[in-house]
Amino acid sequence: MKKLITLVFLFTSTVVSAGTLVVNSNQSGESSKAAFDAYVDAFRAAHPEVTVVVNEFEHEAYKTAIRNFLTAEAPDVAIWFAGNRMKFFVDQNLFQDVSDVWADAGLNDSMASTKGALTVDGKQFGVPWGYYQWGVYYRKDLFDNLGLNVPRNWEEFKWVCAMLKKNDITPITIGTKFLWTAGGWFDYLNLRINGYKFHMDLTAGKISYEDPRLDAVFDHWRELIDPGYFLEDHASFSWQDAQAPQINGEAAMYLIGNFYVPTLESAGVVDKMDFFQFPTIYKGVGVAEDAPTDTMHIPSGAKNVEDAKKFLAFMSNAEAATNWAKMAGMLSPNKNADKPENRFSVMGAKMLAAADDIAQFWDRDANPDMASASMEGFQEFMVKPDREDKIRSRLEKERERIHGSL
Amino acid sequence: MTFWERNQLKLAPFLFLAPAILIFLIYVIYPIIDSIWVSFHEWNGMDKNGIRGNGNPNWSWVGLKNYIILFTDDEEFYVSLFNNIRWLLFSLVAIPIGLLLALFVNQRILGMRYIKSLFYFPFVINAVVIGVIFTWFYNPKYGALTYVLSLFGLDPIPVLADENLATYGIIIASFFPGIAYTMILYITGLTGVNREMVEAGRIDGASGFTMLWHVILPQLKPATLIAVVVTIVGSLRSFDLIAVMTAGGPWGSSEVLAYKMYQESLFNYRMGYGAAIATILFLIMDIYIAWFLYRLFKNEKSEK
Repeated sequence: MKKLITLVFLFTSTVVSAGTLVVNSNQSGESSKAAFDAYVDAFRAAHPEVTVVVNEFEHEAYKTAIRNFLTAEAPDVAIWFAGNRMKFFVDQNLFQDVSDVWADAGLNDSMASTKGALTVDGKQFGVPWGYYQWGVYYRKDLFDNLGLNVPRNWEEFKWVCAMLKKNDITPITIGTKFLWTAGGWFDYLNLRINGYKFHMDLTAGKISYEDPRLDAVFDHWRELIDPGYFLEDHASFSWQDAQAPQINGEAAMYLIGNFYVPTLESAGVVDKMDFFQFPTIYKGVGVAEDAPTDTMHIPSGAKNVEDAKKFLAFMSNAEAATNWAKMAGMLSPNKNADKPENRFSVMGAKMLAAADDIAQFWDRDANPDMASASMEGFQEFMVKPDREDKIRSRLEKERERIHGSL
Repeated sequence: MTFWERNQLKLAPFLFLAPAILIFLIYVIYPIIDSIWVSFHEWNGMDKNGIRGNGNPNWSWVGLKNYIILFTDDEEFYVSLFNNIRWLLFSLVAIPIGLLLALFVNQRILGMRYIKSLFYFPFVINAVVIGVIFTWFYNPKYGALTYVLSLFGLDPIPVLADENLATYGIIIASFFPGIAYTMILYITGLTGVNREMVEAGRIDGASGFTMLWHVILPQLKPATLIAVVVTIVGSLRSFDLIAVMTAGGPWGSSEVLAYKMYQESLFNYRMGYGAAIATILFLIMDIYIAWFLYRLFKNEKSEK
């Protein structure tokens, strides 16, 4: 009996001892898991005194699990996303202020590009580990056959679409079954037409969906919808389903994130593919890009804050930061990280470095219920553009319920 | 005699029932009451004493507000309710088809056992797999349906992307396991059919449809009752196929109450509102369960 008590004592004491660091991770895909493991291993080598315990969750299930574990049994470090998704937990006092980590580890300098996305009221509540660009992935071979050049502005973009359509090629592939791909189109049209500041005010619920400044966004969108430039029946397809027409050479362009590249590689068409930045619509509007940022946070209920801060500060290690981002197919937000080798990542890094502002993506910037209602509206608009007024008044009603009247 | 010895016979059944009742109370009754309680509140699922970003508390009493919004200010609620009614009515079609299949496989022909198990197979497959198979079947670009239509020179029909057809498309997918289930119910029912009555009917000149309608079907009444109730309850709970095949879309047109509840509470952080939808669904189901129990007791009484 005495032995048993000692054993129990030993067991519990190792669990609560200062040397154990519990990390909850959503890095469940094959390559994401390997990438995260590499970071953990590098951290272990640098800090042998800390025992790291990783709890791995399936990526989608993590999104609901995090609300439970942050309140019930908080880990020392939790992986999550920047923008409104982080702010939700900051408002709930569930994430700790880690501004000291930013200052002490020199992140204010090395992570400057994504600092804004991690800041609430002037304080940082997490450390980014990777981000990726959005843009138009297109079939260079189809463009070359028809003698088309990369469109730089809206007129050229429409002309390219018209030429492709004339030659029986679907200009733009998209699958809106799970809605968020439509959110990407709205993001870019609004960022290019009304600019970053307006876009952020809209996601924060400070602007009406019936505001006349949004008319231009829907009008420009219609210029692509009415001539049938988007893939037919796109509401039937997931974003993965929509890859097939492009891989088969039946569709030319796809507005999507850089996570598309591994599929292109395994489908063997990566050599026929190229990338361009979403074209300018109005001159004089600052160039903003969607670059969703994945992050690490210290929950307020963390037991081992000291080691958790070491774990976050380790992102200042350029080599570890490079490896994690590279292996996961992302860009490292650390400016001292090695330059990416993959050409799509190279183009992305260059584009994001030159961007005036970085948005997180519609469903990460907007409040969750506003995001789901609005993306449903965008999908409906893409199929039934004549319902624009009805859709916008519905969204405005929803906005008013969530954010209050203006 | 001790207290135990005197009352042993009276107490023993309750002692045996106690563990089951306890678990039932904790995992079924308590959550039902708790859900109804939550439905009178506005709650985002977080710490009940916490404060939201906009300064309001996470958990606050709002009385009947959730129900009032639901009935007066939420078009999607009526879309979901109407879809539930469509599910309810059209999923019943599986029952006569199941009966026909049961009559077909209830013959003594070589290899019929294997054919039976083939027909039963869809019921054993996970609903998610069925959803994926039917999503491929309906795929307007590469699906089997499109291919069949093209043989007749018809254009593809984007079933799951059409706001009017999506729900029917999913209901048809639900027939796949539904028919198998009712078939099994009827096969077991058919083994209990009284042969003497069939013989007597034959002597009186009944055959074919008359025999089925007047002699066989009345004897299958218990099986029909169970098939109807299970199908209706199943159709009210329909969720998995919708989540896999359309995710409620296009633009929410194929949502049902169960899916809307899940969407509002888990994705939109509106626990109170989701609980109100759950309560409505619970009340609707109660009507059917009450009817089912009423029929059950009436049948038992008449048998005695």
